[in-house]
Amino acid sequence: MSEIDPNLLRDIIMDHYQYPRNHQLSEEPSYQSKHMASESCIDDITVQVKFDQDRIEDVRFDGQACTISTASTSIMSELVKGKTKEEANEIIRNYFSMIDQKEYDEDLLEEAIAFQNVGKQANRINCATIGWKALRDMIKESEGK
Amino acid sequence: MKIAECRKDFPILQRTMNHRPLVYLDNGATTLKPQPVIDAVMNYYTYLGANAHRGDYEMSAQVDAAYEGTRKKTAAFLNAHCPEEIIFNSGSSEGLNQVALMLSGQRLQAGDVILSDESEHASSVLPWIHASQIHQTKVEYIPLDEEGKITVENFKKALHDKVKVVCLAQVSNVLGFEAPVKEITKIAHEHGALVVVDGAQSTPHIPIDVQDLDVDFFVFSAHKMCGPTGVGVLYGKKELLDALDPVYYGGESNARFDRCGTLILKETPLKYESGTQPIEGVLGLGAAIDYIQSIGKDAIHAHEWELKQYFLEKAKALKTIHFYNEKAQSGICTFNVFDKGQMIPAQDVASFLNTKGIAVRSGTHCAKMLVDVLQVPGTCRASFYIYNTKEEVDQLVAALQEATLENCIGIFF
Ligand SMILES: Cc1ncc(COP(=O)(O)O)c(C=O)c1O
Repeated sequence: MSEIDPNLLRDIIMDHYQYPRNHQLSEEPSYQSKHMASESCIDDITVQVKFDQDRIEDVRFDGQACTISTASTSIMSELVKGKTKEEANEIIRNYFSMIDQKEYDEDLLEEAIAFQNVGKQANRINCATIGWKALRDMIKESEGK
Repeated sequence: MKIAECRKDFPILQRTMNHRPLVYLDNGATTLKPQPVIDAVMNYYTYLGANAHRGDYEMSAQVDAAYEGTRKKTAAFLNAHCPEEIIFNSGSSEGLNQVALMLSGQRLQAGDVILSDESEHASSVLPWIHASQIHQTKVEYIPLDEEGKITVENFKKALHDKVKVVCLAQVSNVLGFEAPVKEITKIAHEHGALVVVDGAQSTPHIPIDVQDLDVDFFVFSAHKMCGPTGVGVLYGKKELLDALDPVYYGGESNARFDRCGTLILKETPLKYESGTQPIEGVLGLGAAIDYIQSIGKDAIHAHEWELKQYFLEKAKALKTIHFYNEKAQSGICTFNVFDKGQMIPAQDVASFLNTKGIAVRSGTHCAKMLVDVLQVPGTCRASFYIYNTKEEVDQLVAALQEATLENCIGIFF
């Protein structure tokens, strides 16, 4: 577990909640979108991704969501932009490992380590993963084609 | 009301949540269980044991007496005309589905309209929406007034010749307003429409008299009134229950059948109770009715309303809490918390309160259409019951005072 000052981690979440990045959907048809409605809470978000062959050119999202789902999706959007699908998958895998309290590579996750303790509130794991699941699914679908 | 005495009846109040004394304020979702209810359930498992309506031995006869005794007790509790009007099932949701399926399949024609409203719980409106897709009926909505209430005036405006069923909650689970069911029923009947009432949120709190209300069907769940989960009641007027056919078929609801398909059903209410019922649940419901009657619904309601007014007064002084249902005279308080003018997502507030040992509900409370009326994505709901105290309200207010955005996110560290 990271030794980083908890206040710093909290501020990362605050910042991404109050000023979410990539927080506007695109009208362009080149984007794929996935609408995620969480059964357990009010989170209702749409994530969009634009692939340039093997690379993730852009990620966007919008919707009604709590602090954790907004901030986690915002951080994700910054992390994976410009990465190859394979790199993004590796980041996603590590993120889910972290959420499950398993081994993970901190360096890959950058600001996303702010969610390392989200499991303290078991019902909020859903919030911290809703946007990530959307992206994971869309990458998988794109690879299936 | 002697709350200190009452609290002793609820063993679960001894537990902690997040290392704090439990402050349970989610009674709209379900209520805690007093010892007499727990004992009644235990007694079935440790002593009575047999199935109902089946055996020729003493145990079985004892079960029948207890089970049918609860039917009589429930009839008196709702002031039904006779015990045969009481059908046991798994709860409000099942009762509402049963009625929607029976009426849609046996009474309604394509094009007929069911009147609902946008404050309804999913369990009251979705069965009709589903049935409308099979039977080509249509669900329409009584417009709510600016506070989110159902009024007689708006009901009259929504009523027309095609309306054959009106289905609404007597008390809304989000806003806690009581609908004018008696007046609406009178007008609906004058227009030949049947009235189905969801009593899930009213039965635990206010006196119910189905004959005075004159409703055709009424449902409630035991677990929202100190009873067990998985058991509830469908009340229906005897002549309607006699005339309709059940949704489910199977053991114990039939008198005779043969290979040619000839089927003779038992009489109401047994024709509606196919298969083994939640017997321990029914017996627990009987104990819950006794428990509630011993306190009295008037006292229960007065206590909840007092707590709500106390909470409103204290919380308003904080200036960060916005209430959506101040005027609703019930124990349901629906609100959001603001930090520097910005609304904190309801779920973050609820998680923060959890760390203080306080249980409240956040979200849309299964009434997803109400979001458009209130124009917020979600709310926090604190709902009181007999065992809640002013000290608990003080703890809630103290916690809400600390509920800044920073602190709500701080719980993860
Ligand atoms: C107004 C209302 N109707 C119906 C229900 C469904 O009750 P149950 O889950 O016991 O079937 C509820 C419970 O949340 C409710 O509040």
